[in-house]
Amino acid sequence: MAIFSVYVVNKAGGLIYQLDHYAPRADTEKTFSFPLDLVLRPHDERVVVAFGQRDGIRVGHAVLAINGAEVNGRFTADGKDVLEYLSNPANYPVSIRFGRHRLSSNEKLMLASMFHSLFAIGSQLSPEVGSSGIEMLETDTFKLHCFQTLTGIKFMVLADPRQTGIDALLRKIYEIYSDFALKNPFYSLEMPIRCELFDQNLKLALEVAEKAGPFGPGS
Amino acid sequence: MSRSPGRKQENHKISRELFVLTYGALVAQLCKDYEKDEDVNACLDKMGYSIGIRLIDDFLARSAVKKCRSYSETADVIAQVAFKMYLGVTPSVSCSNTTGNEFSLILDKNPLVDFVEELPAERASLCYCNLLCGVIRGALEMVHLAAEVSFLQDRLKGDAVTEIGITFLRKPEDRKHRRN
Repeated sequence: MAIFSVYVVNKAGGLIYQLDHYAPRADTEKTFSFPLDLVLRPHDERVVVAFGQRDGIRVGHAVLAINGAEVNGRFTADGKDVLEYLSNPANYPVSIRFGRHRLSSNEKLMLASMFHSLFAIGSQLSPEVGSSGIEMLETDTFKLHCFQTLTGIKFMVLADPRQTGIDALLRKIYEIYSDFALKNPFYSLEMPIRCELFDQNLKLALEVAEKAGPFGPGS
Repeated sequence: MSRSPGRKQENHKISRELFVLTYGALVAQLCKDYEKDEDVNACLDKMGYSIGIRLIDDFLARSAVKKCRSYSETADVIAQVAFKMYLGVTPSVSCSNTTGNEFSLILDKNPLVDFVEELPAERASLCYCNLLCGVIRGALEMVHLAAEVSFLQDRLKGDAVTEIGITFLRKPEDRKHRRN
């Protein structure tokens, strides 16, 4: 079972730490001949599959590389527009790699701030007075666990739905934060955490939690 | 003063004497640097504040206390859990006013002054343990409780007991629209 990532958000809603521990990268590379049987369309800064799901290439997957060279958003490595390139029969046969687009750090910052706001809304919507904010967000492919300390720092862990022991892991991450980030005299509060010891100990704690598995007691 | 056990029992205890001596050296150096007692006291308070804002998370992570619902609960937690955890002493708590926002912690034993018998004549208004006041103030501020913390009585100055006064400034209702 796996823990996908860890996010630490400060009191103001800014992301101060992020770790991608395990990314189930299911990239698929295939060679295609003209005409392409997938329907592609531009989305944000990328070219994504809109229709024509087959062989591991899912709707929503982005074009990651053409002929081995990574694409740059909507443009190929040489600067040509991806959609134009792929509509020209002269460029075929072509090998295209599709996969889920990895979030950029700006996107992560934005999403963390959005979650911070949703968390605040969640605690205000509660019919009971003094309820905590969002503790868990469950989807079919992952569970997002959130723990807010009394000082306002939020620790979020995205894990496999079957992974247990995440509550204990969140408490452990709080301890690691209070040890290796806060006790570092050169770390300023609320700023991005750039402490080697914090990284190392966090990865260790994640491995321990993963090894305990779905039946384990966690840390 | 030991690190958290975690999985393997790593008890890196540092000697209490070293800590008391370090604190004494700190105060002595501040006395050399500043002429006025008020400046030394202010400096100690500031240092304590920057310790307190970091110590609070360590305290919350290790003690797992729940959110306090009243000022008296907060004062009790400070005296019975926090002081016990960090200094090994348990002061007694008393509420000193009717509105319920002023409390006193009475320390009968204070490890920081183990080796100090009395203040020198030229330093009569020095608050030797003012660092503690700053720590408490900083820690409370991080859990959104503004407070004024000061020494009301000090054995070093000839009083009978050492008494730390905590005055909570803002009502907890104001925090309702913040997180929960």
